[in-house]
Amino acid sequence: MKRVHFLTSCPEETRRLGEILGRHLKKGDVVALRGDLGAGKTCFVQGIARGLGVPEEEYVRSPSFVIINEYRGSIPLYHLDFYRLSEEEIKDLHIDEYLHQGVAVVEWADRAPGLLPEEALLVEFHILEGDRRRIEMGGSGRWEDVLSSMEGEALTRSI
Amino acid sequence: MLILGIDSSCDDMCAAVVRDGREILSNVVSSQEGIHSRYGGVVPELASRRHLETVLPVVEEALRLSGLKLEEIDGIGVTYGPGLIVSLLVGLSFAKALSLASSIPFVGINHLEGHIAIAFLKGLEPPFVALLASGGHTLLCRVDDIGRYTLLGQTRDDAAGEAFDKVAKLLDLGYPGGPRIDALSKEGDREAIPFPRPHMSRKDLDFSFSGIKTAVLRYVQGLEGDVEARKADIVASFQEAVVEVLVEKTIRACKGSKLERAFVTGGVAANSRLRERFLERAKEEGIEVLLPEIPFCTDNGVMIAVAAYHHLKRGERSPYDLTAIPNLML
Repeated sequence: MKRVHFLTSCPEETRRLGEILGRHLKKGDVVALRGDLGAGKTCFVQGIARGLGVPEEEYVRSPSFVIINEYRGSIPLYHLDFYRLSEEEIKDLHIDEYLHQGVAVVEWADRAPGLLPEEALLVEFHILEGDRRRIEMGGSGRWEDVLSSMEGEALTRSI
Repeated sequence: MLILGIDSSCDDMCAAVVRDGREILSNVVSSQEGIHSRYGGVVPELASRRHLETVLPVVEEALRLSGLKLEEIDGIGVTYGPGLIVSLLVGLSFAKALSLASSIPFVGINHLEGHIAIAFLKGLEPPFVALLASGGHTLLCRVDDIGRYTLLGQTRDDAAGEAFDKVAKLLDLGYPGGPRIDALSKEGDREAIPFPRPHMSRKDLDFSFSGIKTAVLRYVQGLEGDVEARKADIVASFQEAVVEVLVEKTIRACKGSKLERAFVTGGVAANSRLRERFLERAKEEGIEVLLPEIPFCTDNGVMIAVAAYHHLKRGERSPYDLTAIPNLML
């Protein structure tokens, strides 16, 4: 498993980091996000959407209230938030039936450990002082190459 | 024309009977707040399970209170989106079965249109600007008639009601966040902390409430533990910032569209400070603003019955293969 970390100094930088990741994503990928309220998860997903070519006029919003949001990128992007659900309740939503049709970005994925494939990319958000965030990513298999190239791309985009 | 309206898009199972889109004969809401507050939010599967248990009693109660028999109903309206799919399906499947069994025509209604339909119930003449601000939605649109809406602006991230819920969570105030913040704000100084007014300086009519939640978080972190004594000031200042953005953007929408009437609805329209500010500012600007009574701002069956009345009157019907659409747009 490879682990890397990035430091962002404002929401737009977090968004740019998400955009870089978004360009590497393929059908069937699962990205699990962890971080407190206000840590930058929605910003990051806005970037992923941009990287996947979701039209600008489709605003990426927080799924906390609606549980699932779907966006039409070059491949479909599913943005899920399990915050309020138990594992049993998540199973009842039958999310696995369409998770494989696109990219799934899941907040509070640890609430359903059995549901997500082992090869998910883990992204953790840590709040530093002010707008600064430390964003850690870890994954194995294909993700090791993705993370290596992301490190280079982030440097050229001054993250 | 006697219409039965059913809504199960989120927390509540709602049913109502309305005559000719104007006269409310019954209005039943199975408030589930008790259940949800234990879990700190809307739990979809819990909601749908409760819906399964309540759909029949709620509809029966709506009919009983209206004094009508099912055979006297001329049409059924039911929400088919947006909302939680598992919740939507309960109301929609029930309405379809009822329609099929009784040969009463049914029409699927967009929940957002339902909220707007309350303006027609109250006799507000179109064209007008509508602000819908709730836990799941925040949007401004121009309304020229039932079915004729022009989206003017919407939130780019969190809905206004969601910001209330999240700030309440941040401060351990409990769920639902809106009423708690509203109540506690009365004890605080709304000018104590200058939280940002997101998107105010931009010319467009979009909203953004994610940044304000982060600003509250940052402020709380800066307090280094002494949060309790400042809670009332924090929520009053936060509420003032959200209220100002909602009020001013709505007034801007009226002026930009050269319209003199505005309609404000959704769960956030129950906020007492929002109502107060809307009335003050509308008076200053010479705009007529309609703020319905709180039970008509939050989800209800009346709004679905009213919207359905207008559609059925035009001869519109929905097919039996109509499915629930969780991300339905206006």
